[in-house]
Amino acid sequence: MAPTEPIVEMEDISIEFPGVKALQNVRFRLFPGEVHTLMGENGAGKSTLIKALTGVYKIDSGTITVAGGPRSFSGTADAQNAGISTVYQEVNLCDNLTVGENVMLGHEIRGPFGINWKKTHEAAHEALVSLGLGDLDPQQPLSSISLALQQLVAISRAMVTNSKVLILDEPTSSLDANEVEGLFQVMRRLRDQGVAILFVSHFLDQVYAISDRLTVLRNGEFVGEYMTPELNRTELISKMIGKDYGTLAALGSNRGRVAATEGTPAFYKATDLGRKGSIEPVDIEVHAGEVVGLAGLLGSGRTELGRLIYGADRPDSGEVTIDGVTSEVHSPIAGLSKKIAFSTENRRDEGIIGDLTVRENLILAVQARRGWARPLSRREQNELCEKYLLELNVRPSDPERPIKNLSGGNQQKVLLGRWLATKPELIVLDEPTRGIDVGAKAEIQEAIAALAEDGMSVVFISSELEEVVRLSERIVVLKDHRKIGEIVNGPDVTADTIVDLIATEGSAS
Amino acid sequence: MSAASPAPASGPGSASGPSSARRIVGAVIHQPYIWAIVALLLLLIINLVKDPSYLGVSVNATTGNLSGNVIDILRASAPIMMIAIGMTLVIATRGIDLSVGSVMAVSGAVSMEFMNNSGGGDAGTAIMAAALALGISAVLGTVNGVLVSVVGLQPFITTLITMLAGRGLAKVITSGQNTSATNEPFRWLANGTVFGFPVIFVIGAVIVAIVAILVRRTALGLMIESIGINPRAARMAGIRPIGILISVYIVSAVLAGIAGIFSTASVMTVEVAKTGLNAEMDAILAVVIGGTSLAGGKFSLTGSVIGALLIATLDKTIVFLSIPSSATPAFKAIVIVVICLLQSQRVRALFARRRSRTTPSAPVPTRKETVSA
Repeated sequence: MAPTEPIVEMEDISIEFPGVKALQNVRFRLFPGEVHTLMGENGAGKSTLIKALTGVYKIDSGTITVAGGPRSFSGTADAQNAGISTVYQEVNLCDNLTVGENVMLGHEIRGPFGINWKKTHEAAHEALVSLGLGDLDPQQPLSSISLALQQLVAISRAMVTNSKVLILDEPTSSLDANEVEGLFQVMRRLRDQGVAILFVSHFLDQVYAISDRLTVLRNGEFVGEYMTPELNRTELISKMIGKDYGTLAALGSNRGRVAATEGTPAFYKATDLGRKGSIEPVDIEVHAGEVVGLAGLLGSGRTELGRLIYGADRPDSGEVTIDGVTSEVHSPIAGLSKKIAFSTENRRDEGIIGDLTVRENLILAVQARRGWARPLSRREQNELCEKYLLELNVRPSDPERPIKNLSGGNQQKVLLGRWLATKPELIVLDEPTRGIDVGAKAEIQEAIAALAEDGMSVVFISSELEEVVRLSERIVVLKDHRKIGEIVNGPDVTADTIVDLIATEGSAS
Repeated sequence: MSAASPAPASGPGSASGPSSARRIVGAVIHQPYIWAIVALLLLLIINLVKDPSYLGVSVNATTGNLSGNVIDILRASAPIMMIAIGMTLVIATRGIDLSVGSVMAVSGAVSMEFMNNSGGGDAGTAIMAAALALGISAVLGTVNGVLVSVVGLQPFITTLITMLAGRGLAKVITSGQNTSATNEPFRWLANGTVFGFPVIFVIGAVIVAIVAILVRRTALGLMIESIGINPRAARMAGIRPIGILISVYIVSAVLAGIAGIFSTASVMTVEVAKTGLNAEMDAILAVVIGGTSLAGGKFSLTGSVIGALLIATLDKTIVFLSIPSSATPAFKAIVIVVICLLQSQRVRALFARRRSRTTPSAPVPTRKETVSA
């Protein structure tokens, strides 16, 4: 396909928020029949650009041209009328309605006696068939189908309005490999029908699998527009983070060594730690200065084990010794006072307090441990903020900004700061790098390695096995809510070692 | 507290104030309770138009007591202020306390019944009566708090139960009578003066100041807001939600108990069916007018104080303008609806857009832009 005229053309777009230039003279083009991926680190301005295109934000300067005509969007409805539809990471559909009702919501087919439900569902079926989703029953309640299918329903819904432009903002972050392939098939089908697709993802494999064209942003500025085959991954990453890929590659390979802690007493030791319905009794030891990885598939019990260690859930069996002392850790505050910290995988629901400032979020755990009657002085708070915002490279580094205005990766860094500020001796990190980009990921991995180097015990949970292998000294492998093995990391251990263990264990039992 | 300052700060004719005042105004203008202040001033202006001497405060030469409409408003605002402050804290935790009016009745009933039966007219009896009333209020608050935090009942249902049960309890305490008592020190709480100001207002202001210091100078406020914004995240960060929730319901009930003492002391009679009736509505309105969201989270005690003052002023104005009593609720509702409308996100956004449209710096998108590679 050799498109002559872009359907969307954004020129010299600038958006300024109080104190921050979110976008500076950014340009972006979208051609029909093409998948165009927007790349950049967290905070690079991807979301801001999308929100400008969908009418959520008003642009301060620049022009947006859609289908040849200049547009000025003053709301999302304007963008929708211009044929631009968006499917967000969190599906915005009605759980309690049927699939068909969701697809047709607002476009129901009317007869003489109000809505003709039969025809409406037929139309929904047609819309689904055109995306290759003919198997899906439009009469089924939405809540009964998987998140991945819901996402496809959301896309069908967008296409009912005959959209010429489809924006997919990180649609793959909670899908497994098969589901991603299903999504890609739908995307290719739409692309062949001439729809222009704007795609955002942090997974490089997916970006290379699906996109025709890339635009890279960095710090709110336009870096370049490239055809995907003409830019290899190393170059892409360097363009995104603005520094050489070599510094990233060098990281962590030195952590493959076997722990020199054998024989010394463990800092944290649990025997038969378990909780009915979440994880069967597990033995686990963590030495000072050691990174223990918890590996396993989603739902294998790795998060549940992490929560028991911290006391987020109440264990109903097991004995825990911390630093040689028998201890009971039955609540988060008990965990904190035993110098354990837990960084959750569920940043939005269990991590950030959205309306509070970065400063308040950062000091919260320290303050909770001190109790309400002994407030940290403003000076102490500022010192903590200064230290951790700088150390963890949080951008923007303004402590008085509400945390909800920060990008995901920077929120994660603030939360990491919250836990480090409590000076823990054991930190449980549950998916600290999920949904954040390569640069921030590397920074967080670096920080974890440095913590262990300084003598902190780390329990590291991640669904990316390569990451677990790279960082951990010992790996506890979990499956179906129980521990199936423990691997001492060494030069021969790779992600495949873990996969094999999980697979063989499955066939043996 | 800034409670008394806004009224005299700018009279009707002071359109162009000095620059230092302008700076203060600039800081206040972005607060969510700005419209409450505007409404308060408007009401006072309306009253002034009707009677140019409305804001006059006269000093009694022999006793040094101040008297006038403003003083009356301050006096009337004290009980509303008490319950509004407690309500603010409860609402900030995503809760609501519907039982404050009934707790007022219980508190009034307990103190009147105690003084009536003991018969003592001295200060000791008055203190005992007040302590007993506040103790029982605290018990009711504990019940609310435990049901909400430990049992996990919804705050609305929980406090609805205590609201109904509380008024019943008040009737049981007085055997259904409107008990009266005579005790001069107790009566002094509502009718006496300190340095010319009504005691009731001075005590109210002191209590507001104590609560404000307790909440904002310790980490309590931060923890309350955290629980209100994201209870799960707050717990994961090590905050103990149960203790804090029980505390705010106790504080709310004790403050309601104080309000009950205030409103019975002026007449030295508890009307079990009427004392504190619909007080929870006044409190919730004061909180909302003050800019605290019913969804919980960030709260403003100053805003609630202003809200309480506004409601007291509104009540007085209705009487002053001799609006027929049947139309009073409608008049009150209109004023409050207008304030809430002005505070709503959408209307504020509309104002902000209009303002930015009039500023010359707003860029005009030009069509012909050369492509800069």
